[in-house]
Amino acid sequence: MSVQFFLQQCLIGLTNGALIALVALGYTMVYGIIGLINFAHGDLIMLGACLALSLVTALGLATAGPTATWLGISLLIVLCGLFCGTLNVAVDRLVYKPLRSAPKLAPLVSAIGVSFIFMNMGLFWIGSADRAFPELLPSTNLLPMEGLQITWKDLLVVIVVVPLMVGLTLLVQMTRLGKAMRAVSQDQTAASLVGVDVDRVIAATFFIGGFLGGAASVIYGLYINTIGFQIGFQNGLYAFTAAVLGGIGSIPGAVLGGLVIGLVRSLSSAYVGERWTGAIVFAILIVILVFRPEGLLGRRTKEKV
Amino acid sequence: MHSSASSTPPASASRRLQLASLLRERWDLVALGLLAIAPLVIPALGGALGGQVTTLFIYCILALGLNVMVGYTGLVHLGIAAFFGIGAYSMAILTVPMYPFQMGFAAAAVISTLLAAGVGLALGAPTLRLRGDYLAIVTLGFGEVVKVTLRNLEQITGGMKGLNPVPPPGAGVTLGGVDLGMAFAIDPRYFYYLSLIVLAGVVVAMRRLENSRLGRAWVAVREDELAASAMGISATRVKLSAFAMSSAVAGLAGCLYAASLSTTADPNAYDFNRSIMMLCAVILGGLGSIPGTLLGVAILVGFDTVLAPWADSWIQQMNINPTGSSLLSFSGWRLALFGLALVLVMRFRPAGLVPSRRLAAELHEGQT
Repeated sequence: MSVQFFLQQCLIGLTNGALIALVALGYTMVYGIIGLINFAHGDLIMLGACLALSLVTALGLATAGPTATWLGISLLIVLCGLFCGTLNVAVDRLVYKPLRSAPKLAPLVSAIGVSFIFMNMGLFWIGSADRAFPELLPSTNLLPMEGLQITWKDLLVVIVVVPLMVGLTLLVQMTRLGKAMRAVSQDQTAASLVGVDVDRVIAATFFIGGFLGGAASVIYGLYINTIGFQIGFQNGLYAFTAAVLGGIGSIPGAVLGGLVIGLVRSLSSAYVGERWTGAIVFAILIVILVFRPEGLLGRRTKEKV
Repeated sequence: MHSSASSTPPASASRRLQLASLLRERWDLVALGLLAIAPLVIPALGGALGGQVTTLFIYCILALGLNVMVGYTGLVHLGIAAFFGIGAYSMAILTVPMYPFQMGFAAAAVISTLLAAGVGLALGAPTLRLRGDYLAIVTLGFGEVVKVTLRNLEQITGGMKGLNPVPPPGAGVTLGGVDLGMAFAIDPRYFYYLSLIVLAGVVVAMRRLENSRLGRAWVAVREDELAASAMGISATRVKLSAFAMSSAVAGLAGCLYAASLSTTADPNAYDFNRSIMMLCAVILGGLGSIPGTLLGVAILVGFDTVLAPWADSWIQQMNINPTGSSLLSFSGWRLALFGLALVLVMRFRPAGLVPSRRLAAELHEGQT
């Protein structure tokens, strides 16, 4: 096992981790604002991937030239983002909004219900068997050496994920909407007293989380190249774990958590064996939470009377 | 409120009222009586149906165990299936011919239950200071760890094949000329009665617990941890005991499961889906409510094992779906219907179908 092999695994891990982080953001933002573990988020992304597959087929992207391919991918990201964002807002309106004052577990169970409904929609959309997602990008090595590989696919993840995260940080830190989101996540009543339209802010949060998920679904298809109606659960699980690991509710935490989970996954697959990966990821999660109960970057909150 | 409405009703109506109130007050004895007679009246319970109902009873026990943690103590548990699995595998390891222990059913069940409780304590002790949602993810993670371990430690757990044959209770014991082991193996009604008795025992124990000092402490911690600890309750110890109790009951259910199937089945029987189903059953039925939990399990399991196959065969008989499209079959819509049911129940009855009486009393205290 050489240094190069180790570096290669780290690279795979970081790329995977960036993808996980993008999904984790959707969990952490919704949790931060209404305290709901949105179990349906993973399946929302599965539906995004179904749309991406249908669009790739409809647009004939598999046979297009390089310029058209890149344009097509950008279009896919925007369309799937809009689709998932809108769907997320619609679900919030129809399902979670009437439950704002219900017992805490009611929205959680509803989210599990929504996740089952999404899964069924995916089943009707693409069928029960796994489907191949066309390889749109050449898998030539961009580095001039043998042992270490970076392909266009890896690069695509970075090209899409980094600007989205920078954009999100700017949005949350610099704009009025971002300020309102931070206010609502701290105290809904106080925020509404100073004139924040709480419902609109919550809808915006669901939209942004869904949009990021939609973008992630396109990258997922292009990077992993296989989709099925059950991918939502597994990916949602890892992303949710990443969000908790980083400190749920914290945006930089979700990114860090995603990268850590990605690294742990690829290194344990390479050095211990793929079949143990799930156990190792969660064992590390439990150990970290025992020593840092608020997650890596989470705020320590005191229970108030 | 209702005292004004009940002014001298006619005699027949009052008798009907009495019957209704008897059903409401003593639903447990009525149900137990009906279930006890059922195998004598319904011959189908001596066949495959008997096995299915036995499994239903076992899931009821599992859900009652989960209810201790989620319902009484208010801690979200997403990995109850792991403890179910620990009970089942420990039962198998203690009894299958492959291992040197080869204990009897009762001894193995006691040890497995204690083992599950011990694992619960070991997991709970370092993690119970975590806030609610972090604790939920720890239980979820533990569930995945257990499932992966069961699948991969092939030398010990038999991998995907599981461990078998788990001998039936009373193997080699003859009682009144009947070889008990053989009887259990051949006639599903023996397991039907065994699991019904255990279920009834668990229900009685849960009732006693509910009103005991410990049970009231669980509820106090659920309602307000700070206030409870100000009253001198050690929140950590109370939560830990709830965790151990949940794990123990789940482990007991696992023992029965492995014994009734005479195998542990493959590790997928103990995965996240099972945990989520149980959680949905408890919440759907009503958190902290024993009749609610039982009803929740009956509905969810009944939906999968009774309604779905029946509706599918009906659709086939009526020749509605000649092309075999999944859009026109009932099981094609299974997930969506299930999900929709969860959403609708939470929308219109967020406290569950049969809300806990204590919860209801607390909620309406200010109105009387």
